[in-house]
Amino acid sequence: MSKLIRMDRTGHTTLAEWSTDDPEAVEAAVATFRAELEQGYFAVVTRGEGEAEQVHELPTDASLVILRRPIAGG
Amino acid sequence: MSSSDLAPSAGLPELASVFWRPRVDERILRRREHIWTITTALHTLPFIAAAALLALAKPVTLPVSLILLAHAWAIPELYAARGANVIRPRGPAAAAAAGAERRALGLLGDLVDHSARSLLERTGLVVERGRLGVWLLGEAGALLVRPRGRRVLCYCVSAVDPELPAGDRVAHLLLALRADESGFATVANLAFAGAPWRVRRRVAATARPALAEAVTQARG
Repeated sequence: MSKLIRMDRTGHTTLAEWSTDDPEAVEAAVATFRAELEQGYFAVVTRGEGEAEQVHELPTDASLVILRRPIAGG
Repeated sequence: MSSSDLAPSAGLPELASVFWRPRVDERILRRREHIWTITTALHTLPFIAAAALLALAKPVTLPVSLILLAHAWAIPELYAARGANVIRPRGPAAAAAAGAERRALGLLGDLVDHSARSLLERTGLVVERGRLGVWLLGEAGALLVRPRGRRVLCYCVSAVDPELPAGDRVAHLLLALRADESGFATVANLAFAGAPWRVRRRVAATARPALAEAVTQARG
C-alpha cells in the first residue's frame, strides 16, 4: 500500500493510500496530489539512503510520497 | 506514471526565488571560505597592529592596547556566535501540540538510518553526508562541515511555516537537501564560515556531540 502524506502542523497527515491494482484509489490519490501542489506544497519521494527526488506527478509505484512546504533562507 | 518514467529533477523550485544567485558548487564554496578568512583577518589585524604599535610607542597606553586586543578577539567570536545560532532549537511551535511533535519526530526518524536516529534523539539534530561535505541539520538552519573537517559553513534556512512541529522543520530541510544539495546551499543564507572549533564553543552543549560527529565523518 502506497501513501501520500503531508507534513503539517499536526506532525503529518495521511491524505491518500492506494495500491496500483486499485484504479479508483490511484485516481483519487492523483487528484489529491494535484490539489496539494496547487496549494503550494512540493512533493518529494525518497530514493534509498540519502537520496530524494522532487516530483511533479504522483509516482504511483512509490511507497511513500511526502508533501512539504517551501524552504527559504532566513 | 511510474518512478522510472520521471525525468531528472531540475532542482529545488525555491531556486526561482533566488534566481540572481549562482548555483553553489565546490569552487563557490572554496571562494566563500577564502572571503570569510580574509574578512576575519581584515577585522582583526588592524586592531592587533594598533595594539602592538601603541604598546611599543607608549607603554603607558597598554590599557588601550588591551581594549584593542579584546576587540580583535570579540569580532570573530560574534560572527561565530551568529553561525552557531542557526542550529539553536527554536522550541515547540505555539500551534504544535505534544502529539504533533511526536508524530513529526516519528516521521523524521523513519527518514534516517539507525546511527543518525540515535543522534537525533540525543541532540535534536540530523547528520547527513552529502557531496559538498557533512551536513548538520537543525530546525532553522544547517551547518556544512567541509571535507577534512577544517571549515564549517553555517546557513540560515527553514521551512516557511514557523508553526510546524520541530521534527517537521528538520524533515523539510532534510528532504530538500537530499533532493538537491547544491540548490539547498544556494537557497540558504550563509551566516558564517570558519573553523569548527569557533562554532563548537558557541553551540549548546547538547548539540556538541552532533557537531563532533559531523566533523569526524567529514575527516573520514
